[in-house]
Amino acid sequence: MALAVQFLASFISSAAFGMLFNTPKRTLFKCGISGMLGWMTYIMVGFYLDSLYSTVIATFIVGVVSQLFARLSKKPVIVFSVAGIIPLVPGGLAYDAMRKFVENEYNTAVQLAAQAFLISGSIAIGLVLSEVMNQMITKTIRRRPKMGSGPITSNGDSQQKVAEIQDDTGDIT
Amino acid sequence: MSNGAIATGQEPVRLCLLAGKIMLQSGAETYRVEDTMSRMATAMGLVSSHSSVTPTMIIFQSGETEPAKLVRIADRTTDLQKVSAVNDVSRKLSSGDLSVAVAHQMLIEIDLSTHAYPVFLQITGAAIASGCFTLMFKGSFPDFIPGVLCGGLAFSAFILFHRLVKVKFFAEFTASLLVGLLAMLLVTLGIGVSLDKIIIGSVMPLVPGLVITNAVRDLMAGHLVSGLSRGAEAFLTAFAIGAGIAVMFTFF
Repeated sequence: MALAVQFLASFISSAAFGMLFNTPKRTLFKCGISGMLGWMTYIMVGFYLDSLYSTVIATFIVGVVSQLFARLSKKPVIVFSVAGIIPLVPGGLAYDAMRKFVENEYNTAVQLAAQAFLISGSIAIGLVLSEVMNQMITKTIRRRPKMGSGPITSNGDSQQKVAEIQDDTGDIT
Repeated sequence: MSNGAIATGQEPVRLCLLAGKIMLQSGAETYRVEDTMSRMATAMGLVSSHSSVTPTMIIFQSGETEPAKLVRIADRTTDLQKVSAVNDVSRKLSSGDLSVAVAHQMLIEIDLSTHAYPVFLQITGAAIASGCFTLMFKGSFPDFIPGVLCGGLAFSAFILFHRLVKVKFFAEFTASLLVGLLAMLLVTLGIGVSLDKIIIGSVMPLVPGLVITNAVRDLMAGHLVSGLSRGAEAFLTAFAIGAGIAVMFTFF
């Protein structure tokens, strides 16, 4: 029951943040879904692991889901990933840390600030991991048919290289 | 080089700069801006273009012998609609579906377009999100309503003060001060239970979580200058919010 409330709340808040960030109307639902999946993973994994690890895993899920949605609706990944990571972002920690600083409790404050920094680091790691994985997958899919047709590396021809880079991700990432 | 050649030679550069400017103002990451600009440049035949992007400016050079152009970015918001629209234009331009002139026209329209959601809807969104955040941070059900109220107040105060005074940090400071006051009032009246949860939930729309994450991402991507300046921005915002709440706590 408590979990259901959490999931519903994370869905609504991610979608509402999508509204604040002016995401296109048709993507609001998907933003909510990606936020909900991220928060779901965060809570579920959080039962077993430390919050740093669960943040990495949850953001990874958000990244993968956002990339899927981006492919489906031909929008940049950032539209979905931004809304998706909003529940995971250490806003509360950053605020807590700042409050302790202002209240002269430096020891707690530094601890909290370090924790907030680490968590935002793990969010970044999760996103980068999912991106790298996506690029690896698309590259292996795209490269395979080219293998037979001839050598890929032609370091002199910059035009062709540029073209290759261009259809790698199709500007979606 | 004749005059006419220069005029046509400037068009792609202006297009790239406009696209970069819109994206950077709308909160795209630094590497995305550089990437889009170089894609558009190659699509328009500028093969050896270089761009250097930081959160406050864009420097773009269309070729090794061409002069570099600079665009200054004063204010930054998050407006994903624009990022995605510019992305569409750049993709169509790369695939050859758009002519340079039409793309330029479209970019100008995107630049002039305003936020798709009216202000009251944004405030409602912020309010509901704050209520939900209060629940997500393990607040109890009685905290939901105060969360919604404080969140709505926080966001509307932020918008109002940001319009009155152009200093963003002052707006954040005042908004969080008001949130603290209202939250304390509500808890004293017995409408909410845990003051901390209500405050954290309702300052979430202001908190620079996204900027922090973008900063770390920029640092990881090797954009050290962008990462550090975004980090400074995030720190100042967090400081303004923390100070607002703390000032309120010292009075009561």
